Amino acid sequence: MNWNFDVLPDFIFNGLSLGAIYGAVALALVLIFKATTLINFATGELAMLGAFLVYVLHMEQGIWLWLSMLIAMALSAGLGVLIERSLTRPFDPADHLPVVLITLGLFLIINAVAGDIWNYQVRILTNPFGKFPDWVPSVGGDRYVEVLGSRLKYQSIGIWVTLALALFLLGLILNRTKAGLAFRAVSSNTESARLVGVHTGRTLGFGWAIASAFGTLGAVLVAPQLGGVNPNMMATILIYALAGAALGGLDSLGGAVLGGILVGIIQAVFVTWGGVVVFGQLYMSILQLAAAFLVILIVLLFRPAGLFGTRRVERV
Amino acid sequence: MVDDVFDEVGLKVENLHASYGAVEVLRGLNFEVASKGVSVILGANGAGKTTTLRAICNMCTTSGSVVLGDEDITRTGTAEIVRKGVAHVPQGRGTFPELSTMDNLMIGAYTRKDNEIRDDIDRWFEIFPRLSERRDQLAGSLSGGEQQMLAVARALMCRPRLLLLDEPSLGLAPLIIEDLFERFTTLNKETGLTMLIVEQNANLALEMADYGYVIESGEISLSGSADQLKNDPAVQEAYLGA
Repeated sequence: MNWNFDVLPDFIFNGLSLGAIYGAVALALVLIFKATTLINFATGELAMLGAFLVYVLHMEQGIWLWLSMLIAMALSAGLGVLIERSLTRPFDPADHLPVVLITLGLFLIINAVAGDIWNYQVRILTNPFGKFPDWVPSVGGDRYVEVLGSRLKYQSIGIWVTLALALFLLGLILNRTKAGLAFRAVSSNTESARLVGVHTGRTLGFGWAIASAFGTLGAVLVAPQLGGVNPNMMATILIYALAGAALGGLDSLGGAVLGGILVGIIQAVFVTWGGVVVFGQLYMSILQLAAAFLVILIVLLFRPAGLFGTRRVERV
Repeated sequence: MVDDVFDEVGLKVENLHASYGAVEVLRGLNFEVASKGVSVILGANGAGKTTTLRAICNMCTTSGSVVLGDEDITRTGTAEIVRKGVAHVPQGRGTFPELSTMDNLMIGAYTRKDNEIRDDIDRWFEIFPRLSERRDQLAGSLSGGEQQMLAVARALMCRPRLLLLDEPSLGLAPLIIEDLFERFTTLNKETGLTMLIVEQNANLALEMADYGYVIESGEISLSGSADQLKNDPAVQEAYLGA
């Protein structure tokens, strides 16, 4: 048996960058879960739609990629607000089933609409981190640097830096602004939030907006690894993100990011690297998804609150 | 129409009905709260005390009328009622357990736009030094008494003209309850804040209140000055354990 340790760092780097994406999508899930205790199954499809907006703005209209991303994130945020206002607010927040069914319906509708407009073939979207900009001194190649004898791709570094910045910004919004404080208050105790004068509906809309923008950012960053954008691009990523969110704790923002990263590492190192050694290449894609479900199952069985979630104590 | 009992009415409730789903909990309440006074509503479990306060804040389905000062707030949304000067400390304190003590007070001032919020926080920290010591701790980690103090301080952060207190004594040790009620009395004397307290602890409540109501099965069964109620045989038997 050939345990090829030379390529292990490659897998770790890969796992860390995929995991960061799962973390971003998990964060989008958790932002809404924290405030409403419901899972928005349309998170992935909203993110996919955002990535297609970038595709239209950048590839078709020729707008600068980063500006396209900002516009797409703003539009996704607006769509999030619209969905919260029109499709979820009319329902009793204590009754989760209707809203969860609505997000499932949205999942199917957005996917079908995107498929109708752009059909299901993969469309190339410019990689924001294709190669190092000219001002970076060349160490190794223009697409990677050598670390531990492995290639650390510029793309991975770019994903980490971008998401770290986005997380920092989110932290500022949540901890340093009045709207952020209101969001945390609604997440902690909706009724009391209303009793201090917070308009809970608008505040939930604000949560949907941030979540949708985050999802779009995640989708754009993951697109190059999938060869581009296509309407089904987020389907499996949503499952990994769900596993990450469950692992980190569904009501912990930091836990979601960390859980996502852990799932990325589990997928890349234990399943792909370990799996190639034991089973050979053939079974990899099946094993990876199974591993995600296994993570969800184990967490739900042994630690339902996740690694960093709060155990809910029901008091009557 | 009900004749005004008081010279100046802080809150006037007329023919208030409230229900959760098909269950009618309040069946035509009529009562008034004197401006700058302390009124108390006594009643057994399930009589409708909590629902009365919730109905005032439009947190359940209601009919009838609720008038604050001279403004009808029956159809006003909960968040807007806060802006009109009603602060509500719900049963079970209603703090934000995942937020720090400091953030709990900050969110209490959510409706304010002036620049004296920090001064107010300092003032409450002076009055409740325990909260000051625990300013960076999560509210969920505070003791029951501290949480009740926090809940009251948070409610007062919006600078209300009417304070609704839902069973503030619930789950607290007797000494802490006494301390708390003393603070309520001081607050009322010093600031003239109008208070409506819902309590099962009739002794303490009647001690500090000017006027009281007894609620039974969603209706006011008895009303009078605190002294009158204290000496009423029915009240003594049912609520004072005499």
